Amino acid sequence: MIFKLVWESLRFRPVRTLLSILLIAVPVTLILTLIGISRGFLDDSRKRQEGVGADVIVRPPASSFIGFNGAPISDKIVDLVGKQPHVVEATGTVVQPIGGFDSITGIDLTAFDRMSGGFEYVHGGPFHGPNDIIIDTYFAEQRHVGVGSNLKLFNHEWRVTGIVEPGKLSHAFVDLASLQDLTDQQHKVSQIYVKLDSPGNANAVAAELKKLLPDYPIFTRQEWESLISVNNIPLLATFIHVIIGIGVVIGFAVVSLSMYMAVLQRTREIGILKSLGASKRFIMNLMMWEALSLGFGGTIVGIVLSFGTRAVMKAIVPASLPQAIVPDWWWIAGLIAIGAALLGALYPGWIAVRQDPIEALAYE
Amino acid sequence: MNERASAGAIIEVRDLRKTYGHGSAAVHALRGVNLRVQPGEFVSIVGPSGSGKSTLFHIIGGLTPPTAGSVVVAGEDISAIGDSGRTKLRRESVSFVFQKFNLLPNLTAADNIRVALSISGRPIDGFQKDFEEILRMLGISERLTHKPSELSGGEQQRVAIARALATRPAILLADEPTGNLDSRNSLAVLKILRSLNDRFGQTILMITHSSEAAQYGHHIVHMSDGCITERSAVVPPGDAI
Repeated sequence: MIFKLVWESLRFRPVRTLLSILLIAVPVTLILTLIGISRGFLDDSRKRQEGVGADVIVRPPASSFIGFNGAPISDKIVDLVGKQPHVVEATGTVVQPIGGFDSITGIDLTAFDRMSGGFEYVHGGPFHGPNDIIIDTYFAEQRHVGVGSNLKLFNHEWRVTGIVEPGKLSHAFVDLASLQDLTDQQHKVSQIYVKLDSPGNANAVAAELKKLLPDYPIFTRQEWESLISVNNIPLLATFIHVIIGIGVVIGFAVVSLSMYMAVLQRTREIGILKSLGASKRFIMNLMMWEALSLGFGGTIVGIVLSFGTRAVMKAIVPASLPQAIVPDWWWIAGLIAIGAALLGALYPGWIAVRQDPIEALAYE
Repeated sequence: MNERASAGAIIEVRDLRKTYGHGSAAVHALRGVNLRVQPGEFVSIVGPSGSGKSTLFHIIGGLTPPTAGSVVVAGEDISAIGDSGRTKLRRESVSFVFQKFNLLPNLTAADNIRVALSISGRPIDGFQKDFEEILRMLGISERLTHKPSELSGGEQQRVAIARALATRPAILLADEPTGNLDSRNSLAVLKILRSLNDRFGQTILMITHSSEAAQYGHHIVHMSDGCITERSAVVPPGDAI
């Protein structure tokens, strides 16, 4: 019968119920969206690194896992690496941030094509001149440009010559020498990608390169990809925890307010139940099941809304912020929402339990 | 319910006092009330506003504790039991019919009755036949699927009576049960209460402002200034029906 009471109570005040569910859904969506963006961004990065086809990566000395500080590696190092046993291709790239999460990458197109198997052009073709740029379909969609369009990036006017399938290193590519000139980093690269005669030699070659270049962080592709995780991005894990904390606080406050309103609205009903002999436990159970229902409803709506945020992200910033759907986080977000809802219902429930039945029955 | 009409009072009130507030702000709502009600009796309590009849009603119903004195209801000394004991009393021994009906607005009439049964924890099985007769007597058998907002005042009060009786209470406490009804429905409800008393031996304690309504009881208890001033028998007891 308690479930009937809860269900009818939720049905009887549909606006309050829907608003409560929607407000509880907000932190659920917030959590799922942020986790989804983190994971989508990292998955996308991992996929693009895979797309390069390199077996070993040479990073600049004292560099952090993510991000670039100019192009501090001399291209003589690229030549040196290229001459090592088992190395069939070594190519340097220059990465230039252009704001937000985006960057353009300078590549030696011929070497990069050999290493990666070449771009798949959806429209147009390779760049030829110093002001030409190739972009992937996400970037084209995000910037609303096509082949032949001009694109101003890094205070420079570029002409789009090709649009390629995404999944290889970056979203935007220009000629390596052009970007080196433009950034005043002639004969310098940001990192070196190394292709071997066999991926099985990656550990041995990496070990040899570490001896040869002791100051340079050197990774096999497996090592590098394993580093692409939430925990290795400075402050990201903390940021996620803060967002979860905010989610709990919002959920708690929303349900508390909603249940407090419910208690006020239902003062007389609580008085009636008490006059029928309902125990404190019965009244508290009623409040808790109602909160649980709101929390559950908020979780479902929050999950549905996370598909909505993904659609919005995909429409607005498909290249910068790819959002993954994270089913393994649904139950965590649900537990957070339901936990916050139950916590939020405790105080209103306590008020309901303590209500004097005579005063409650006299309540208008 | 006739088996309850055994020897001994079902309600025994001795020197009952109830004071609200403290010191100079203290209000003495009851000032030494004594009352005995036998099983199967229908007692009307009349008196002006502020005479203490509602307070007496609330104490006997276990809605509030007494300040002093002894109140034994269906074998339970209310003055000696705590909040949980009074909750148990309301669940098992007494039922209320209120002036404002007090049905749960979001439930149908049938569900309002089921809630009372569910809270009482008593299955209706052995009582089903009698209860169906009560529903027929109340004339609401066809209205059970409706919500209170879809029922007239008279129908709501009948549902409230059905809800009160579904748990087979030892005592039915009715607080101005006709206060919100027109004269036709008032008459019908009073007849129903008297009929329930006659046919099922239901003990009823009814508060009323109306001296006409009070005539439906066996006895009339007059209250004034927190005291019982008179107890008189209604003669002949069944004439009004």
